[in-house]
Amino acid sequence: MILNGRAWKYGDDVDTDVIIPARYLNTSDPAELAKHCMEDIDGNYASGVSAGDFIVAGKNFGCGSSREHAPIAIKASGARAVIAGSFARIFYRNAFNMGLPIIEAPQAVDGIDSGDVLAVDMENGILRNETKKREYGIATVPPFMRELVAAGGLLNYMAGRRKGK
Amino acid sequence: MGMTLTEKILARHAGKDRVEPGELILAKVDLALGNDVTSPIAIDAVRRMGVKAVFDREKIALVPDHFAPNKDIKSAEQMKKMREFAREYGIVNYFEVGRMGIEHVLLPDEGLVVPGDLVIGADSHTCTYGALCAFSTGVGSTDLAAAMISGEVWLKVPSSLRIVLTGKPGKWVEGKDVILHIIGKIGVDGALYQAMEYAGDGLSSLPMAWRFTMSNMAIEAGAKNGIFPFDGITRAYADARAKRKYEVVAADKDAGYAAEMSVDLSSLEPQVAFPHLPSNTRPLSRVGNVPIDQVVVGSCTNGRIEDLRSAAAVIRGRKVHDGVRMLIFPATQEIYLQAMREGLMETFVVAGAAFSTPTCGPCLGGHMGVLAKGERAIATTNRNFVGRMGHPESEVYLANPAIAAASAVLGRIGGPDELGL
Repeated sequence: MILNGRAWKYGDDVDTDVIIPARYLNTSDPAELAKHCMEDIDGNYASGVSAGDFIVAGKNFGCGSSREHAPIAIKASGARAVIAGSFARIFYRNAFNMGLPIIEAPQAVDGIDSGDVLAVDMENGILRNETKKREYGIATVPPFMRELVAAGGLLNYMAGRRKGK
Repeated sequence: MGMTLTEKILARHAGKDRVEPGELILAKVDLALGNDVTSPIAIDAVRRMGVKAVFDREKIALVPDHFAPNKDIKSAEQMKKMREFAREYGIVNYFEVGRMGIEHVLLPDEGLVVPGDLVIGADSHTCTYGALCAFSTGVGSTDLAAAMISGEVWLKVPSSLRIVLTGKPGKWVEGKDVILHIIGKIGVDGALYQAMEYAGDGLSSLPMAWRFTMSNMAIEAGAKNGIFPFDGITRAYADARAKRKYEVVAADKDAGYAAEMSVDLSSLEPQVAFPHLPSNTRPLSRVGNVPIDQVVVGSCTNGRIEDLRSAAAVIRGRKVHDGVRMLIFPATQEIYLQAMREGLMETFVVAGAAFSTPTCGPCLGGHMGVLAKGERAIATTNRNFVGRMGHPESEVYLANPAIAAASAVLGRIGGPDELGL
């Protein structure tokens, strides 16, 4: 499967407080959270993002809090995936546990600007910047994580294990 | 090769003789916790799965602390959901307002976390319990749901960064300054995916309260956990509080570390982290003139009785500056009572500070001390990200309780030495 979309580019250390500010954490409703996604770093994101777009950032994306509201807000905003130089570890596991694709591509992100059109081939590990006509390899997912995805997320994976006992 | 503290605890909980960094394991948890922000999502997931009983009613802790006492109708609904779930599923360790506290101070003080434990929590500062020589780390709500059902969590074994502490800290230098210094040195992703493991003769001058502060902020360096070796200081704390028997774990002499760094405690000054990253640190002498509007003393980082004593010692007999609001948050009801008995509460109130019931409130810009546009606060909390304490154009500076208290008197960031202390 190839994902196509436009890039929304941000810098290093994008933290969970700017992805979804804590003042909105009195709800876990995805649509409500999506309205405020990235609000404190980019007031235009939530209204301007189109379904299938990508959030692209530098290193340590998602640092800070463990709030699952962060990947929930991103997913509900319509973004297809997050591409970053590296991810903070809790954000990384949360994204997997709830099915938001995340892509580590340290060599690719520097050359991507906001508005660039990207094509991501998850199976073959290729990221193409259509605007800049450049292609990069991306890391593939460890086998255990693929099992999680195949099972339909962590809870279904656990349910399968419980039945097997 | 031997194992680090983290590897040993993970191996035990995965039923293995040994584990290696990078290995994915399924481990048993001794305690799984959630708060009023994160557990509602986990509770919905448990109910959606049709699960009628949790894996162990005594090994789950639910603590309403972020927006507690209920800050608005939406958060009241979240906490009601938690309360009803706790009642229906017979969760033993549910803590109601009036009997609660900030989760990461409350749970070890209640003796619910003991040395050698493996604890996960749907809150990033769950790494606090590393101070007790336990493995603990923050996860998301889905992980919490899975752990509540199965008693297990999937983990990737982290490599370890060994941090050797030497010397004795000088006056007004506390655990907060040690961890801010380390984060300033290695950066907010300096220990990404790693365990921080402390060692060295400097440990003997670190009381438990300071160790909790240092483990608490491991996440601010990107770490999975921050763990201290077990010693006499740990034993004194654990034996006075532990509700379960515990087994002491020690790192092997030939354990393998990914990297090592050392910190000479005697060379440190108090540290201040400037906006908007905890790694943006400066020694106090290089802060310059930074006027402030608000001072917050409290949080899971620095809301312990030792922290309140430190701030009170500076503010006693002085007044909070005219242009400043000072807010004090004891982390638990027990600490609140102790502060009252020791006269600390009176000291703060006489000085012109507000003294609040326990809550995480202002630390995350939730309630009870939110900043307006352009306002500036110095806080003993853990994060100074954009918008962390309120308006996206407000600013947060991080420091230890003594520096925060001195700043409250001065009306700008400064140390107790400027007050003749």
